[in-house]
Amino acid sequence: MSRSPECIAMLLAGGQGSRLGILTKNIAKPAVPYGGKYRIIDFPLSNCVNSGIYTVGVLTQYQPLELNDYIGNGQPWDLDRENGGVHILSPYQQISGTTWYKNTANAIYQNINFIDRYSPQYVAILSGDHIYKMDYSKMLAYHKEKQADCTIAMLEVPWEEASRFGLMFTDKSGAITAFEEKPKVPKSNKASMGVYMFTWAKLRQHLIDDENNPDSGNDFGHDLIPAMHRLGERLFAYPFDGYWKDVGTIDSLWEANLDLLNPKVNLDLSDNSWKIYSRSPAAPPHYVSGDATVQNSMVAEGCQIDGEVDFSVLFSNVTIEKGAMVRDSIVMPGTVIKSGAVVQYSIVAENAVIEPKAIVGERPEVMKNLDDWGVTVVGSGVTIGNNVRIKPKQMVDQNMFF
Amino acid sequence: MRANNVLGIIYSNAYDSAIPELTTLRTMGSVPFGGRYRLIDFALSNMVNCGMQKVGVITKSNYQSLMDHIGSGKPWDLSRKHDGMFILPPFSQSETGFYSSRIEALHGSMRFITRSDEEYVILCDCNVICTLDLDSLFEAHSSSGADITVAYKSGKAPELEDLMLFKTAEDGRITEAAVSGEGGEGAYSLNIFIMRKALLERLINEAVSLHMDSFERDIIQRNVSALKIYGYEVKGFARVLNSLQSYYDTSMELLMPDNRRALFVAGRPVYTKVRDDMPAIYGLGSNVKNSLVADGCIIDGEVENSILFRGVRIGKDAVVKNSIVMQESFVSDSVRLDSVVIDKNTVITPGKTLCGAENYPIYIGKGLII
Repeated sequence: MSRSPECIAMLLAGGQGSRLGILTKNIAKPAVPYGGKYRIIDFPLSNCVNSGIYTVGVLTQYQPLELNDYIGNGQPWDLDRENGGVHILSPYQQISGTTWYKNTANAIYQNINFIDRYSPQYVAILSGDHIYKMDYSKMLAYHKEKQADCTIAMLEVPWEEASRFGLMFTDKSGAITAFEEKPKVPKSNKASMGVYMFTWAKLRQHLIDDENNPDSGNDFGHDLIPAMHRLGERLFAYPFDGYWKDVGTIDSLWEANLDLLNPKVNLDLSDNSWKIYSRSPAAPPHYVSGDATVQNSMVAEGCQIDGEVDFSVLFSNVTIEKGAMVRDSIVMPGTVIKSGAVVQYSIVAENAVIEPKAIVGERPEVMKNLDDWGVTVVGSGVTIGNNVRIKPKQMVDQNMFF
Repeated sequence: MRANNVLGIIYSNAYDSAIPELTTLRTMGSVPFGGRYRLIDFALSNMVNCGMQKVGVITKSNYQSLMDHIGSGKPWDLSRKHDGMFILPPFSQSETGFYSSRIEALHGSMRFITRSDEEYVILCDCNVICTLDLDSLFEAHSSSGADITVAYKSGKAPELEDLMLFKTAEDGRITEAAVSGEGGEGAYSLNIFIMRKALLERLINEAVSLHMDSFERDIIQRNVSALKIYGYEVKGFARVLNSLQSYYDTSMELLMPDNRRALFVAGRPVYTKVRDDMPAIYGLGSNVKNSLVADGCIIDGEVENSILFRGVRIGKDAVVKNSIVMQESFVSDSVRLDSVVIDKNTVITPGKTLCGAENYPIYIGKGLII
């Protein structure tokens, strides 16, 4: 180690994302495709390099194969470096035995040695499953200005949604005075984004204390940070007002993709000063034929479109045959939608085949009871046979032929 | 073949003068093509797709854009500790100056060539667009026992200075090589050569000591009977660019699915510099037909029979037909374009109309504001 970075990032990417169902059967949630060419983890990784943080530990645990493959040596994010760069940190065997990462704080605790090798002054703890663009260097400047021990990025959410989040109360200086975890009746709408900046010396001590506390669940939000607060450490909230989305559910993943088509949504991926990097497939430009109609959609390279596409996001190498229709849907790489098939209000995962005249999903307008309506999901590699109809809210995990 | 036993050499400046519009500011190798590529990508990808590990890129002038594009060779996996990509500029050795011919260029890079360990060498130009399986070329070369094998295409030859037309015997041996620029019908050279490296060194040194300067006349034509020179017919998609018109026509050919399938073969990807653009966005009023669209485009107008490169914007009520719009160019609202080739970073201000003809496309230079 020739020089110590001031700040390094630890990216928690071990989450299963069980509410994404079959989409995360074989991949970790941070590896879920998003936005036509990205995976969710591209956002925090790109934020790191754009913020000048070039040492990133990625903590993986659940189904790490595809994620490890995707990150590789970090080259797409310019994180293939002599000093620092990206490191995949999986649980490993120690003399005291082997333990999985029990929870977020425990995962960092098990990697204290890794962080010590770089001996940074500050450590950013990030989540690998949020979509947002954020300059962590500004957050670090705020952390230093407040002489904080821990700074938590905070977003004001609509009151009606506040009960889904970990909430904070702050005084005028921005210091955190109290926490409230997913209350039924929220008294604050200041939600934690799961983005933390710590002074390493402080965090290091609290990680050890947390580990030694048999009553702790070893979670940052539930255990470690409230404990720091009780002990009177300096905790501050860093206000953030950009786009931020936790794509924890099928509906939110679907929504977050279609947000990219809404000019009113504040998430500009064409901004050259804050690029989101990803591992690109080497595919030619996409082709839209004379029979096709494409409106209000996002289309990646390698697609071949002969059918109708409206208000949808198509990933690379998707084929939409003549007479097929895709609307209000997300279609992931390599999927083929054959002539006469209709895909609506759906997420179709990678390399699926929708045979002619199959109908996947339903528009909410035609539902008698809106409670029965929801986004339909077709799993990766699944074939939906001729004339098969897949109902709203269904998740199809095996080939359906008729 | 053992791919790491073959050295690749690409001329990035070959026939620069054939398309002066596009090469005033760049080499032939860095001419944008097909929505997201540069011409050199095809030659480089052919080489790396058959496993070649060492490629020298000969440059002469205007090579800033080329260096920017190929960088250290990472997109082609040619950024390596051992072998990889080498840029061979003029004035690289004390005894060499500026190149004016292919022989001088090779002679100027002789130290690089002789110091390479590879047994064979493959030479390519950048104005030839094809997806060629170099393994098969090598197979043909070794099974025929040829000294030199050159790839050719049958049909109407393009008019291009010093382009060779071949007569071949039944076994593929070239019996006659005519050097002219007049075009004609028959087997014309794609200027892709394979031979033993030692033979190339000998031929170049010989030609230089005799003050010869034409690779075509003094090396190939002169040695047609002395050496065993064989032809290798390329049956798939291969085009030789010799003018802005042929650039335009070849680009437009990509709108046909069969041509795309022949050029973009599954399992033989064409690699290029990664730009990290977002996918293309189609706005509410967009209407796109029969067009190729690269990542990063934002389309709010009408586009037909056209090719849009990465990061192109098409404004509201704009109508773009039969045109090629290169990287980062901005077509404003209510602009009308027909049969126009627009170079990079150009802005067409609102309401303008520019029309060429399909057999005479208009060219708008790089970075202009119209």
